Amino acid sequence: MTTAAIVVGAATGPSASRLTVVALVILVVLAVLPYVIDPYQTVLLTYGLVMAIAALGFNLLLGYTGLLSFGHSAYFGTGAYTVAFIMRDLGVQSMELCILGGLLGTFVVSALFGFVCVRHTRIFFGILTLALSQVLWSLAFKFFWVTGGTDGIRVAYAKLTLFGGMINFAGPGSFQRFVFAYYYYVLALFALATLIMWIIVHSPFGKALQAIRDNETRASFIGISVRRYRWIAFVVSGVFTGLAGVLWVPLNGLTTPDILYWPFSGEIVFMSVLGGFRTFTGPIVGAIVFNYLKTYAVASTEYWQLLLGAVLVILVMLLPAGIVGTVARLAGKLSLAGKLIGWGK
Amino acid sequence: MSLLETVNLKKYFGETRAVDDVTLTIAEGEFVSLVGPNGAGKTSLCNVVSAYLRPDSGQVIFKGADVTRASVTERVKAGIARSFQLVNLFDDLTAFDNVALAIFSRQGKTRNMVALAHLDRAVTAEVDSVLAQFGLASKRSVLARGMAQGERKLLDVALAYALKPTLLFLDEPTSGVSTRDKGQIMDTIASVVRREGITAVVVEHDMDVVFKYSDRIVVMHQGAILAQGTPDAIRTNEQVATILLGASDAFARKD
Repeated sequence: MTTAAIVVGAATGPSASRLTVVALVILVVLAVLPYVIDPYQTVLLTYGLVMAIAALGFNLLLGYTGLLSFGHSAYFGTGAYTVAFIMRDLGVQSMELCILGGLLGTFVVSALFGFVCVRHTRIFFGILTLALSQVLWSLAFKFFWVTGGTDGIRVAYAKLTLFGGMINFAGPGSFQRFVFAYYYYVLALFALATLIMWIIVHSPFGKALQAIRDNETRASFIGISVRRYRWIAFVVSGVFTGLAGVLWVPLNGLTTPDILYWPFSGEIVFMSVLGGFRTFTGPIVGAIVFNYLKTYAVASTEYWQLLLGAVLVILVMLLPAGIVGTVARLAGKLSLAGKLIGWGK
Repeated sequence: MSLLETVNLKKYFGETRAVDDVTLTIAEGEFVSLVGPNGAGKTSLCNVVSAYLRPDSGQVIFKGADVTRASVTERVKAGIARSFQLVNLFDDLTAFDNVALAIFSRQGKTRNMVALAHLDRAVTAEVDSVLAQFGLASKRSVLARGMAQGERKLLDVALAYALKPTLLFLDEPTSGVSTRDKGQIMDTIASVVRREGITAVVVEHDMDVVFKYSDRIVVMHQGAILAQGTPDAIRTNEQVATILLGASDAFARKD
């Protein structure tokens, strides 16, 4: 690692006031955007924020615990399907109840899967997560009388109510209202999820995860039960990604086995690498950028996978630190240069 | 009263007898040096006592309780800590965070995920005090990977020390450090250990260091204990001198 990176790394002790200001500015910009951009763009951005929550959860494992999960589609899908089930079978309309149900569902599934997976690390961990996610995919695919098979389950936004029935989407012009209201709903939950995740990674627990990532032998020799902490991290990670799945369903209007399939896990990995998995904000930026990238790739060429593949190759070769990692490094070099020539005094 | 006892401890790697029927008692508050030629089984003994390796047979008794089957973390919680010959740190964390983790772990706070680590004033103060005691105060916010070898060695020991152990194993705390820094590092370690009344077992090759700091010296050879005694007794033991340095008057020449 270069000297600049060490300086950047050393300077990341959180300065609360500056961070709060930056976060608030970003939040205000995001809150104003729907008034400036057209509804289609608002929907796109909503998708981006939803995926950002998924990637944020995923990166607790990759960036902070050092475990590469190749099966996070399982938790995203569990969240989505749980909502579809409880809306279809229990007639639930409240989004808040859907969220509770979805979180409970992903909690159970990730606790179960995590219990198995954390017994291994590295490639074995990755393969196990992949295999278990494929089990869920095949269930969704084959048990069509429950899951709708490849047709999936429709989740109509019009049936949903937000804030315990205070906002509903019945009547004419409801889609526009839904797009607008749902954007803010997702934005609020995104902000909350980001705040919670930020606290988790800066808590003693989060530090312990980073210790395990850096050196699991030494972590156990300072008294950290490595396997148990990995399991807890797995569950937290799964639940965050599950929340993303929950929020994604009403937006998409439909849940299909695609979101349980392994390429979707790959997309979550892609997003985190794109943004930079060694930084906190990397996966957020990566998810939003990836969402635009994929949307425009699909719209502009039949061979969109080829385009994304090329981006991934270029990324890994030229910007292994991802977007945020690279920007941080450049900024670090700039401020270092600034100090050298006497700026910023 | 004895703090640690090993009873007929054995650890073989195939034909190699790394630890061969070692029965050893360490008393509370002692500073014991473990010496012997390379491959004598010093590190293996540390590994077995700290649960890094499972013994083939024999017992490890700590504070009167049989801990032979206890896991690494259980032994750490019981009060056995160790440092490593090859530095074992959290390389992408700062010196501060490295030490803070040991303290959080000792206090059972690592499960806490709703408080910000850097706002814990008591822990922050303790980390700063530990860093100062090991002369690392100026490295507070440097990543462990960016520190010099001697500093990394000290930080490795500081991590074990921050656990406030009753028994501290130090596996070659001065290896890979320049001769100039060696004395200073051992002075630091010895003074900290004595002040806190920690029982220390140190694996060391430098006999000057060993004679200077030890209450008792245990000489190992081919996995077994060859001799043990006070520095003076070991200094005049011809068999020991022959095995360690290949000459029966090796230590005498220095006087």
